[in-house]
Amino acid sequence: MNQLMPLAVLLPLLAAGVKITLGPRRPGVQRVISVTVLAAVLAIAVVLLVRADRDGPQVAQLGGWPAPVGITLVADRLSALMLTVSAAVTLCVMIYAIGQDMADRERPGPLSVFHPTYLLLLAGVADSFLAGDLFNLFVGFEIMLMASYVLITLGGTATRVRAGTTYIVVALLSSMLFLIAIGVLYGATGTVNLAQLSERIAVLPSGVALTAEVMLLTAFGIKAAVFPLSMWLPDSYPTAPAPVTAVFAGLLTKLGVYGMLRAETLLFPDGRLRTLLLVAALLSMLVGVLGAMVQTDIKRLLSFTLVSHIGYLVFGVALGTLDAITAAVFYVLHHITIQTALFLVTGLVERRGGGTSLHRLGGLARTAPLVGVLFFVPAMNLGGIPPMSGFLGKLGLLRAGLADGGPLALVLVGAGVVTSLLTLYALVKVWNQAFWRSPGGVAPAGAGPAGTGPDGAVPEDAASEDAEGEEETAPPTARLPAAMVGATIAMVALSLAYTVVGGPLVALSGRAAAELLQPQGYVQAVRPMTPGRS
Amino acid sequence: MSQVTGTVVLAVGGGALVAAGVTLLLERSMVRLVVGLLMLGNGVNLLLLTGGGPAGGAPILTDGLYKVSRIRAMNDPLPQVMILTAIVIALASAAFLLSIAYRAARLSGDDEVRDDVEDRRVSGGDDELRARIREQRREFRHWSRARRREIRRARAELRAQIRAERERRAVADPAETDDTDDTGGADSPGGPGGTSGTGGAGR
Repeated sequence: MNQLMPLAVLLPLLAAGVKITLGPRRPGVQRVISVTVLAAVLAIAVVLLVRADRDGPQVAQLGGWPAPVGITLVADRLSALMLTVSAAVTLCVMIYAIGQDMADRERPGPLSVFHPTYLLLLAGVADSFLAGDLFNLFVGFEIMLMASYVLITLGGTATRVRAGTTYIVVALLSSMLFLIAIGVLYGATGTVNLAQLSERIAVLPSGVALTAEVMLLTAFGIKAAVFPLSMWLPDSYPTAPAPVTAVFAGLLTKLGVYGMLRAETLLFPDGRLRTLLLVAALLSMLVGVLGAMVQTDIKRLLSFTLVSHIGYLVFGVALGTLDAITAAVFYVLHHITIQTALFLVTGLVERRGGGTSLHRLGGLARTAPLVGVLFFVPAMNLGGIPPMSGFLGKLGLLRAGLADGGPLALVLVGAGVVTSLLTLYALVKVWNQAFWRSPGGVAPAGAGPAGTGPDGAVPEDAASEDAEGEEETAPPTARLPAAMVGATIAMVALSLAYTVVGGPLVALSGRAAAELLQPQGYVQAVRPMTPGRS
Repeated sequence: MSQVTGTVVLAVGGGALVAAGVTLLLERSMVRLVVGLLMLGNGVNLLLLTGGGPAGGAPILTDGLYKVSRIRAMNDPLPQVMILTAIVIALASAAFLLSIAYRAARLSGDDEVRDDVEDRRVSGGDDELRARIREQRREFRHWSRARRREIRRARAELRAQIRAERERRAVADPAETDDTDDTGGADSPGGPGGTSGTGGAGR
């Protein structure tokens, strides 16, 4: 039954190969293959989740080699949960992308480049979540990153090449740090198997362990965009096409958070870097949200809120208590969904309004009420309005912070509340300008300067300047493709469903957190031969 | 657990490569970035190799499968396998970065990584930056117009020269058919080469 597990990685890889062979031929068949494969991965993930929750961590020893020698795939509750949500999100985004692709037919690129690369991305993500050894985690990250390099420079326009370069160089640097950390750990312990590492790191000299921990956390921190290491994110994400940004914002940073969660519970459970992580969380929250407040482009604004909300997750990881990890796991699931939903809606806004600059949008609430509703719900959710899942997650984190009671934790609780309010402020600003402002006063995109808006927000000749600068911007269209709207509705509904099934989901997160904090179960599952070995 | 007992040379060499690689990564030119990446990757690979412990015999298990002494004398193969994987990944990344560098060079004329305009617009105040961009654009337009005029004039001059030359030869040598052979030998560096070059640029 555990032979299902490699399929989560292999199916997308295989399908990507088939698609590269097919090239631009048979678009209908290719779309069916993409959706089928993604749905199959989702089904596998759900099966794994059910089994992991019922019977404990599921282990697959690839090639029949036992744990420390061969490659191990492990799905415990956290891995399976992350994989399930990731698969659901990637499926929705794929449907959205297909809708967008079918709506504007003139570009032949997406099918032959986007689909295989996107499937590779999912293969990398699945491999990272299921990896049972550190090197396989590295390889999973690299598969995912290689795919993301292609996706972020899709089309090869000047802005994307510029943004993509920043992204690629930063990602490569973090990969190198990760690799050095693996080298240090292997040199010190003679293994890269996570379960075995967990046993052996405990008896390492503390200096060596600390070196490896700092390097690993730095590498994961860059991927997760924790504050001092987050500069690349708002710089590079907004230029990519809407579906790509959506899946990047939802998934890729969460891989870094997943790595941190694993490292801090399984490998280095003593929490010596707690203070450092708390400070990083505090700065991520505040700097991120302050950055978001001054942005005038919706995509960039959302990218900054992404950084600030990574701060919440790191806060939970740093506290390390059962309640904190529970809340962090729940919040990761919530945040993957909500961030993707918001970027998908931004894609709709871009199509409907002809751009994402707040200077030029206006009156969308009247002209596109459905888009308005679709934006409003996840925006309030991200801002933490009860009873939505953002509120539940934040409440859990704040309560864990209060229960901790340390001065730094209390400061973070305060910062969490402030950040939540400021996020709400930033999103309400978007709402007011893009949706509620009267459409008559604003220049429609590309129509040249039409004077200033009612609040004087449009400077002279801003429209003509921007129209020259952005070759990407499509002319506003009246009809939105049904598949795009449907996929966005599905994402928003999923984010709302977290509230409906809030009780069971929090309980499941709690069980996942308990499992994380008791690594013996994980170790036993991977290496049943050696009970109590040290 | 096991002691790290690689050679000093590997560690120092790896460290030096990493340092050089990181320095190059800070450059704006993308070709230097790629070189830096490759040096960094190789440095890290050397460090991985030191993680495998001291050098030893080839890790091939034949009939000596159960002889502990021979296993002891073997090199640890795992870091080498990891290095192999890392080399492949670095190769793919470098290839992709190079293609991006080529694309950037095609788009902008050089391979330097630019600043984010939106970033500067938000942080530096819209109007000032817009004014500067507008001014630069005007400057560039002036410059390119002047340059185009210059090229056009140079072409006209060259053409006139050639015409004059042909007429001179036609007067000097009444046999018209031999003319082309002669000029091909005598004038090729200046005449035809010059016209075709400027013609290409002008168009």
